[in-house]
Amino acid sequence: MSNSPKMTRRQFVTVIGAALSSFIGAVIGLPAIGYLLSPALEKQQGESWIPLGPLEKYPINQPTLFTFTRTKKHGWEKTVTSYGVFVLRTSETQVRVFSNVCTHLSCRVNWKPDVQEYICPCHDGHFAIDGSIISGPQPRPLDEYEIKIEDGNLFIFLKET
Amino acid sequence: MFRRLFQWLDERLGLTTIHDVVLDRKVPKVNWWFTLGSASLFLFLLQGITGIFLTVYYVPSPDHAYDSVQYIMNEVRFGWLIRGIHHWGASLMVLVVFIHMLRTFFFAAYKYPRELTWLSGVVLLLATLGMGFTGYLLPWNQRSYWATTVGTEIAGTVPLVGPFILSVLRGGSELSAITLARFFAVHIWFLPALIAATIGLHLYLVIRLGISHIPDESD
Repeated sequence: MSNSPKMTRRQFVTVIGAALSSFIGAVIGLPAIGYLLSPALEKQQGESWIPLGPLEKYPINQPTLFTFTRTKKHGWEKTVTSYGVFVLRTSETQVRVFSNVCTHLSCRVNWKPDVQEYICPCHDGHFAIDGSIISGPQPRPLDEYEIKIEDGNLFIFLKET
Repeated sequence: MFRRLFQWLDERLGLTTIHDVVLDRKVPKVNWWFTLGSASLFLFLLQGITGIFLTVYYVPSPDHAYDSVQYIMNEVRFGWLIRGIHHWGASLMVLVVFIHMLRTFFFAAYKYPRELTWLSGVVLLLATLGMGFTGYLLPWNQRSYWATTVGTEIAGTVPLVGPFILSVLRGGSELSAITLARFFAVHIWFLPALIAATIGLHLYLVIRLGISHIPDESD
């Protein structure tokens, strides 16, 4: 583009054409990015205390699987998500609750009573009864839930992200 | 640097030649009515782009079609804009393509040697109307359901083969999930492919033959 004060008709049309095209492209292109990313930017946070029943039904020193489902709205559909937690009652009044989601790549771990370990079937991750790492690729111990006991009933605090 | 890069590409791709042949061709003195072909092409591309974006969320099933459109309109960011452009662009495209045809007709631009341009234009006009007809069903609301019921019923009044055409269009005797799925397929694959290919032929002919001048006393 020449810097002369006089612009040819052709140059003028080129500039206007480019400007209009860019404007139209931006008007459609920029919202289109938001349009594609939209579900990822949706924050559906929920917090709730999940009842796990009377504490006394859980045997001492023996991780017991408790499962429940939560329903979430995804777009035009409700999706039911299953959760599994291991309840480990360490004494009459003491209890710890671990998520069964492997901290490696989110497979579900199983409690193996014969070896007294949680084992992840996907990549052979081994966790001890208290959720700590024994061996395997997992970066951190099993996630633990915040708990409360009211009138002998056990609750865990679930944060949905 | 930029010029050397351009020269390197130009030598191999022939960009200058393409520019000269496609955009820098000689045209007679024309007026604004001669811009309708470019406008039609622009609208086709706009419909194509917004249509591709709509398929990200739209589901062509009676269970979810209506809800997914509601989702696009009310919850997806700028969903109202993308679908709005597609909705209004569709009506505008039929209008512009039709006026483009009227211009060609009244300026007698369909005559020798441009008969094939005209014929491919007829295909494009009919395909555009087909896009309108098939796209109208996709929101799967009351209006689109009954419009398609009536539209396919009209097609069924053709003598002898009418009932057959009706059942081919509907994929059965009633409007159903099959109707919605085949209208969707025709709307996003069959007709766009036909239109894109025919536009290629149409533009080739326009470039090869040049455009005709506005008729005057000597014609």
